[in-house]
Amino acid sequence: MWRLPWGVFALLAAGLLPLAGSRFYLYLGTDIAIMALFAVSLNLLLGYTGLVSFGQAAYFGIGAYTCALLMVRAGIPFIPSLLAGGLLAAAAAFLFGSFCIRLTQIYFAMLTLAFAQIVWAAAFKWNSLTGGDTGLTGVPFPGFLDSPARFYYFTLAVVGISLALLHRVVGSPFGRMLVTIRENPERAEFIGVHVRRYELAAFVIAGFFSGIAGGLFGVFNHSVFPDFSYWTKSAEVLIMTILGGMYTFLGPAVGAGILLSLNMLVTSYTEYWPLVLGLILAALLFLFPDGVMGFLQTRFRRHRHPEARRA
Amino acid sequence: MSLPDPSFLVIQFLSGLTAAMFLFLIASGLSLIFGVLRVLNFAHGSLYMLGAYLTYGVVAWLANTPERFWVAALGGSIGVALIGGIIERTLLRRLYGREALYQLLFTYALVLIISDAVKLLWGTGQLSVSRPPILGGSVPVFDQVFPRYNIFVIVLGPAIALLFWFVLHRTRAGRIIRAAALDREMLGVLGVNVDRLYTAVFIIGAWLAGLGGALVTPVVTIVPGMDVEVIVNAFIVVVIGGLGSFWGALLGALALGQVMSFGILILPRFSLVFVYVLMAVVLVMRPWGLLGKPLRG
Amino acid sequence: MLEVRGVRKLFDGFLAVDGVNVTVSRGEICAIIGPNGAGKTTLFNCITGHLVPDGGEVRFKGRNIAGRPAHEICRQGIARSFQRVNIFPRLTVFENIQAALLSHRGRGRDLFTPVEGLYREQTLTLLQQVGLAVAAEVVSGTLSYGYQKQLELGIALASQPDLLLLDEPTAGMSAQETRQTITLIERIARGQGLTLLFTEHDMDVVFSIAQRITVMHQGRIIAEGSPVEVRADAEVRRVYLGKAR
Repeated sequence: MWRLPWGVFALLAAGLLPLAGSRFYLYLGTDIAIMALFAVSLNLLLGYTGLVSFGQAAYFGIGAYTCALLMVRAGIPFIPSLLAGGLLAAAAAFLFGSFCIRLTQIYFAMLTLAFAQIVWAAAFKWNSLTGGDTGLTGVPFPGFLDSPARFYYFTLAVVGISLALLHRVVGSPFGRMLVTIRENPERAEFIGVHVRRYELAAFVIAGFFSGIAGGLFGVFNHSVFPDFSYWTKSAEVLIMTILGGMYTFLGPAVGAGILLSLNMLVTSYTEYWPLVLGLILAALLFLFPDGVMGFLQTRFRRHRHPEARRA
Repeated sequence: MSLPDPSFLVIQFLSGLTAAMFLFLIASGLSLIFGVLRVLNFAHGSLYMLGAYLTYGVVAWLANTPERFWVAALGGSIGVALIGGIIERTLLRRLYGREALYQLLFTYALVLIISDAVKLLWGTGQLSVSRPPILGGSVPVFDQVFPRYNIFVIVLGPAIALLFWFVLHRTRAGRIIRAAALDREMLGVLGVNVDRLYTAVFIIGAWLAGLGGALVTPVVTIVPGMDVEVIVNAFIVVVIGGLGSFWGALLGALALGQVMSFGILILPRFSLVFVYVLMAVVLVMRPWGLLGKPLRG
Repeated sequence: MLEVRGVRKLFDGFLAVDGVNVTVSRGEICAIIGPNGAGKTTLFNCITGHLVPDGGEVRFKGRNIAGRPAHEICRQGIARSFQRVNIFPRLTVFENIQAALLSHRGRGRDLFTPVEGLYREQTLTLLQQVGLAVAAEVVSGTLSYGYQKQLELGIALASQPDLLLLDEPTAGMSAQETRQTITLIERIARGQGLTLLFTEHDMDVVFSIAQRITVMHQGRIIAEGSPVEVRADAEVRRVYLGKAR
């Protein structure tokens, strides 16, 4: 049953959203699609390679600023700008990543955090380039996507293609090598896997797609702020990934959908969203460590094959 | 650019020291908790903030009682210590067997919860506490003035450091704590009640953070958002000084305090980036910081 | 095939391995024995690249591999099993072996082919060789200890090594499991003409299949030769029997 292309179904269903006619849901849908890509790209590192990156927001921010700056200051069309955002983010990932992968565990996490803070601080202070903490505003939808519905479809297309590519990658021998690194880096080394090189490659790929997500978001939001790279953004996407389930491919996307929808819902009733989020996160960690998708998978497996119980 | 007035430099230096002492209180607790429990407590800044708010609360409650500040500071820090103990005992403990990521995220959940709890209880406005009368006023420093209260803080920092040094190196409890930082499993084998040790260490760490928050109330405005600001600085301090090293926390705090104090003068545009670059450089070149030890396993 | 000359390894001033010489010829089955702490595993780690020796040479097929990274040494033709079971717990038995094959055949750079059916035949053949064919779809982390050790062997064999290093292959096994494992190892080694170097605590195992034995004690070699010679060696008796008292 898990072989069915859920992703394709979801994509098709998502395509019907604009027909509902509500701007509000269109906005939410675009937001979810973009964050879904961001979360799945993080999961390449977290769920598949076992690297806890606390600074993925760095690449999100770099992608956003690059794309927006190229469009607004240099007049370059959207698609090349978006690609440039992804590429620059990938380059940054290569640079930062080469330092990060030399460290283990907590030090790795702290260095990824440090690099993201450097990006934030640079964006914050480099007024001439980035507009400082007032941000880069007035980023318009590109000419050929001048309505929210059109931008939504474009986003779906880009996210869809990106997710398809990522899906291919995780299902490939390369992806399998990453999983061996997650499972047992020592063993992986001794079946001939050059662990550092694979980790760096994963870092760069994740950085690229996080950059694409950032580029999309900057235009969607019509503005780019230094906070796109602040550590709390990294925490946000990390939570989405864990919420949805880091051991499945689409888990993080589901997590993004749930989290953003809940956010919309809760903030319409109360301003204490962080409190709600904190409680949900705590409940998740104690009760559903495998996330929503992980929980569903175990449930379903047990129902279908009652003899295949995990010890 | 003309040479700055020497008394001005001294004031900046003293300001840096003051900031360093607050950083030290927070960072030492963070480092201690990491050293023994191997948990990087994101919520440590939140505990600091709680200390500040609780102190404010007690001060307000004690209205016109003389020396209410000291009672409040003591009460606030102990209150935070208790809250920390309860959290560790009932919640954090259940996550010890899991991967480090779950513990980290739990402390982040605490950050979220505490930051809103504080808003719920005290609102979002800026609050402040006045300095205790004994330590009011300023002292002359060359031809400038420097608040007496800040001098108190500058002296208190090393005093607490010495106190902890004494406890860690000259008492049995301290020896157990230091041993725990080196080899936890051995300790269990030797009959030490590791559970209670962890709770005790967490309480001590929380108390330090709470104390920092309590003592900072006359110096800064109490606002939600104090927690996020301070935790990243605390991280920088423990990275520089060494995760798990108590003296490293002091050293790192002194370093960061001065960098922040003078950085703003010398290169205002770059000082913010610089502290993070410093953090990154230390992690790349000497991950265990100036005084830490390389982690085993 | 393998020549270890004068290898030394220091840990914080403690000399774990002190000037060890070991030679293993092609096709031989050799054992390294010695009491706990003798330095056997450290020596293994120096050979396989998990540790960098502080002195000496490790020559494999004529080339010095001391200090090279582990993944490179693996590609030269050395495979290894570990003392603690070292597998990929959340992958199935099939996927464990398949991963080793994928890496060995250099498919790791492939980012686009779905991994599902790759090397299916070769994987199943290997599984049959180590007696795990029936458990192919089982999640390896849930296997019993003995089966996990067999899987370890399978993973080591997947890279078609010239030299197989086994670190205490029967540790923690019952008598029956031990016999099964040893029969298996011997059959495979002889069948594929593998060169085998292993460490063991179980003397029955060692004396039953080893052609040459090296005895280590406190980081140094105290005896070397055929099983008969080693059994009769006075120093060996002192070290072992003296300790048993």
